[in-house]
Amino acid sequence: MTAPLLSVRDLRTWFHTFAGTVKAVNGVSFDLMPGEVMGLVGESGGGKSVVGFSILGLIDPPGRIEGGQILFDGRDLAQLPEDALRRIRGREIGMVFQDPMTSLNPVQTIGRQMDEVLRLHTRLDARARRARCIEMLESVGISQAGDRLRAYPHQFSGGMRQRVVIAIAMLARPRLIIADEPTTALDVTIQSQILKLMRRQIAEEGASMILVTHDLAVVAEMVDKITVLYCGKVVETGPVREVIDTPAHPYTRGLIDSIPNPAHRLPRLNQIPGTVPDVRNLPAGCSFRERCPRAQALCAEKEPPLTPQRGGQHAACHFPVPATQTTGEPA
Amino acid sequence: MTPMLEVEGLEQRFQLSKGLLDRITFKGGRPRLRNTIVHAVNGVSFAIAPREVLALVGESGCGKSTVAKTIARIYEPTGGRIRIEGEDVSAYGPRRMLPVRAKMQMIFQDPFASLNPRQKVRDIVAEPLLQQLGPSRRAEVRERTAALLSRVGLNPEQAGRYPHQFSGGQRQRIGIARALSVNPGLIIADEPVSALDVSIQAQILNLMLDLRDEFGLAYLFISHDLSVVHHIADRIGVMYLGFMVETAPRDRLFAMPRHPYTRALLSAAPTIEPQRKTVEMELTGEVPSALSLPSGCCFRTRCPFAWDRCAIERPALRDLGGGQSVACHLIDEPQRDRM
Amino acid sequence: MASRVLSSQMVFNWWRNPSAMLGTLIVLFCAIIVIFGPLLVSQNPYDLRQLSLLDSYKPPAWLEEGDARYLLGTDGQGRDVLASIVYGTRISAMIGVTAMLMACAIGTTLGLLAGYFGGRLDALIMRVADVQLSFPSMLIALFLMSAFGTGIDKVLIALTAVGWVVYARTVRGSTLGEVQKEYVQAAHVAGLSHAKIILKHVLPNVMTPLIVIATVQVGTFILIEASLSFLGVGVPITQPSLGLLIKNGFDVLFSGLWWTSVFPGLMIMAMVFGINLMGDFLRDELNPRLK
Ligand SMILES: Nc1ncnc2c1ncn2[C@@H]1O[C@H](COP(=O)(O)OP(=O)(O)OP(=O)(O)O)[C@@H](O)[C@H]1O
Ligand SMILES: Nc1ncnc2c1ncn2[C@@H]1O[C@H](COP(=O)(O)OP(=O)(O)O)[C@@H](O)[C@H]1O
Ligand code: SF4
Ligand code: SF4
Ligand SMILES: [Mg+2]
Ligand SMILES: [Mg+2]
Repeated sequence: MTAPLLSVRDLRTWFHTFAGTVKAVNGVSFDLMPGEVMGLVGESGGGKSVVGFSILGLIDPPGRIEGGQILFDGRDLAQLPEDALRRIRGREIGMVFQDPMTSLNPVQTIGRQMDEVLRLHTRLDARARRARCIEMLESVGISQAGDRLRAYPHQFSGGMRQRVVIAIAMLARPRLIIADEPTTALDVTIQSQILKLMRRQIAEEGASMILVTHDLAVVAEMVDKITVLYCGKVVETGPVREVIDTPAHPYTRGLIDSIPNPAHRLPRLNQIPGTVPDVRNLPAGCSFRERCPRAQALCAEKEPPLTPQRGGQHAACHFPVPATQTTGEPA
Repeated sequence: MTPMLEVEGLEQRFQLSKGLLDRITFKGGRPRLRNTIVHAVNGVSFAIAPREVLALVGESGCGKSTVAKTIARIYEPTGGRIRIEGEDVSAYGPRRMLPVRAKMQMIFQDPFASLNPRQKVRDIVAEPLLQQLGPSRRAEVRERTAALLSRVGLNPEQAGRYPHQFSGGQRQRIGIARALSVNPGLIIADEPVSALDVSIQAQILNLMLDLRDEFGLAYLFISHDLSVVHHIADRIGVMYLGFMVETAPRDRLFAMPRHPYTRALLSAAPTIEPQRKTVEMELTGEVPSALSLPSGCCFRTRCPFAWDRCAIERPALRDLGGGQSVACHLIDEPQRDRM
Repeated sequence: MASRVLSSQMVFNWWRNPSAMLGTLIVLFCAIIVIFGPLLVSQNPYDLRQLSLLDSYKPPAWLEEGDARYLLGTDGQGRDVLASIVYGTRISAMIGVTAMLMACAIGTTLGLLAGYFGGRLDALIMRVADVQLSFPSMLIALFLMSAFGTGIDKVLIALTAVGWVVYARTVRGSTLGEVQKEYVQAAHVAGLSHAKIILKHVLPNVMTPLIVIATVQVGTFILIEASLSFLGVGVPITQPSLGLLIKNGFDVLFSGLWWTSVFPGLMIMAMVFGINLMGDFLRDELNPRLK
């Protein structure tokens, strides 16, 4: 058995704000194998982005990694000093964010920004760097790459900019890519182009990827494995088809049922009642209790641990949804 | 039966800047005058029967919101006719629009920007009704406001709070209550669930369908999400670059999409069951600018079937029977359809 | 509005910000002088019956020849400098605040109209504003005062004419942003008239940045008025502001009678300093970009 490329153990990242401590990530664990693509899903505020930023070492005060380990290739990123992290970011871990404009410098040409990455992280000479930049731009589908190196970010459309960001993320041949909602701001036809492109790039380079998104449909088409977050905790994790076809956790079940499915249209969607609770004062026991159709007395007393389920996934629930059931209603 | 809403050849242009100096650009070293007219909507026609849900889909910038806001007479149409229950309102000024506003209301996309942050929820919801009834009937308005809030699933005791004290889904409910207050027959909903999480989106979609049955509403429902549209719509119109390229009843559109763009859209939409996908058609390139429309067919720059006729002649929307209309030359020359 | 300004977060930050606290204390102190001033000092310096030439040019009380009745000394007419400062502060502050309110009202109205309706009206208002901004405000005020002659009312008009532009520009900018927002469009759909939309929806949402401008402007106006009075084109002798006190004292400054001008000068400094500290704090608190 190969060792995981990334192993996150009991990660806790908290924000100490004026209104109280936000336990944005509170005990998250998962493993990512080399070449594996994992989807990190859940609703807004679940802690998806904070997990991504924690791995990248980009948590700024009032936030802090309070505990846990982020083992990347044997090193604990949570313990590394900032300058060591800076060397890892860009070279070994690439990143793609939702808004390409925030990761591109508006007053520098694309070529300059790409060259900078290579100068920082490789020993290539100027000619080789230029060749690599052109090769990379062409592989993300930007034609006349040689000329485009002289262009500024604002001269590209949203979809093109995201391609450039992906090209930059892949430049130094990183082994892990963290993509936070990379296509959320794009149109479906552009989204489908970008997703196909990312999948191909990852496969070609043999890299792993964490795809952070709220869109289960995107995940279903892209990843090998899913981790579902709710209120800063992993509620379910496992192979993608198993989690989507026979989810064990009532929250995952509810999410899937909330998505209208053109293949079998119901007169009413099976909605999850209520809203995500305020993470500053979660209910005792299971955080999903107040919205859960299966909740029983035990759920208020004891927090459910992540346990193995049939079908190979793990779920944190005292009363998991049976495989035969297709809605979130109690049996 | 008179349609609730009838739109005929609707056209909306925006002038970007008026100053001559702002328009000069340099292209290839020579000064040129830049185009400054945005062709946002270019002759769109459709009708919505009472209690019917018509959805408009398309990518961002294709003119969906502009159609919605022109019908709601937030914008003055630059061409075409808008009829509400048979009454042509396209040239009405604000005063003559007032009684029409009791028949037609609107729900907006952004749950944060669509509520005035400095107004109490009670005043937000009461605003349209207060314009209709006048300030003398404030007590009546207040009672109805409370009833509306509880109907959309909010606690009327929270009516004295400000919008920032509510979550995105709750704000959308406030917006729905505001639209319902005058008891309209038509609600224009511009991407009402796009900014919401899926679980909240399902709650709002259920609420909107319940309200339709209860109050006999017709919706013009705008969305870019095909699965949402499939769930809520009776009929669907597909827009591209300000043109309506195809309209059809829901099931027919999903089963037999005819326009190449509709087919591409259906195949690009991600689904949680990718193994079931039938149509495979990938588009290259991006949407051209609405500042300079392509000649002929608006879709020809990305259409895999385009041939010379498409660059010369603009295809008109043609009725194929069964409620389906398509604007594409492939209808005349089906042998060119290689898929 | 109130909920925002008095948010507990802001009070929390205020407690941790010594310069904000100092600024607030100074401004409160000035406010007390303005409101209760005459009750705090024993002499009304402009009631001639209360003055005695025998007491002229007394130095401050802690110096030799000082008089315990006149803490900060007296001027050539035997006026108590402390009492003159109290009365002068009232006049200076009243002028600053009143002119600010007038400039704010006019500037905000013009800015709202320009931003909401756009077109020719907008172009006209903004061109006038541009022209005005290309001259230093002091120069414009001086020019207007020499055309009108002295008097508190004239000073107010001059300051208003100088000060409206900044409101008009700020409000126009925010208005352009607000009218794009969906809540304004919702008000159209609700059937509100333009006047109601401007008053009920746009105005309350463009006010926040004005708080900072208005605060700092009071300080600026106090200084401009002082300069005008110092140059002899501001307030009349019968209603001396701090600036006029400085001017009067300045004439005898080099004869060693420093207290008649230095103390009013310190007062202006303290007042404007306090106002600016408060303005800085408000700017940080109300600026959404820093949040
Ligand atoms: N800088 C910060 N200060 C305080 N709280 C923060 C900060 N960043 C994130 N949080 C909180 O941490 C929690 C998780 O946030 P996160 O951004 O990871 O959510 P997410 O799952 O990525 O959601 P979305 O889908 O909206 O991106 C939220 O409650 C959020 O308010
Ligand atoms: N007020 C406006 N001024 C100028 N251009 C506009 C305005 N509103 C919309 N547009 C332009 O009209 C086109 C259609 O926009 P919109 O209706 O918002 O698209 P959609 O809602 O389908 O995303 C776009 O090119 C957009 O930039
Ligand atoms: S532990 Fe109980 S409350 Fe939590 S998800 Fe499972 S059944 Fe529901
Ligand atoms: S008319 Fe031509 S370009 Fe347009 S959609 Fe049909 S085949 Fe494509
Ligand atoms: Mg996020
Ligand atoms: Mg839109």
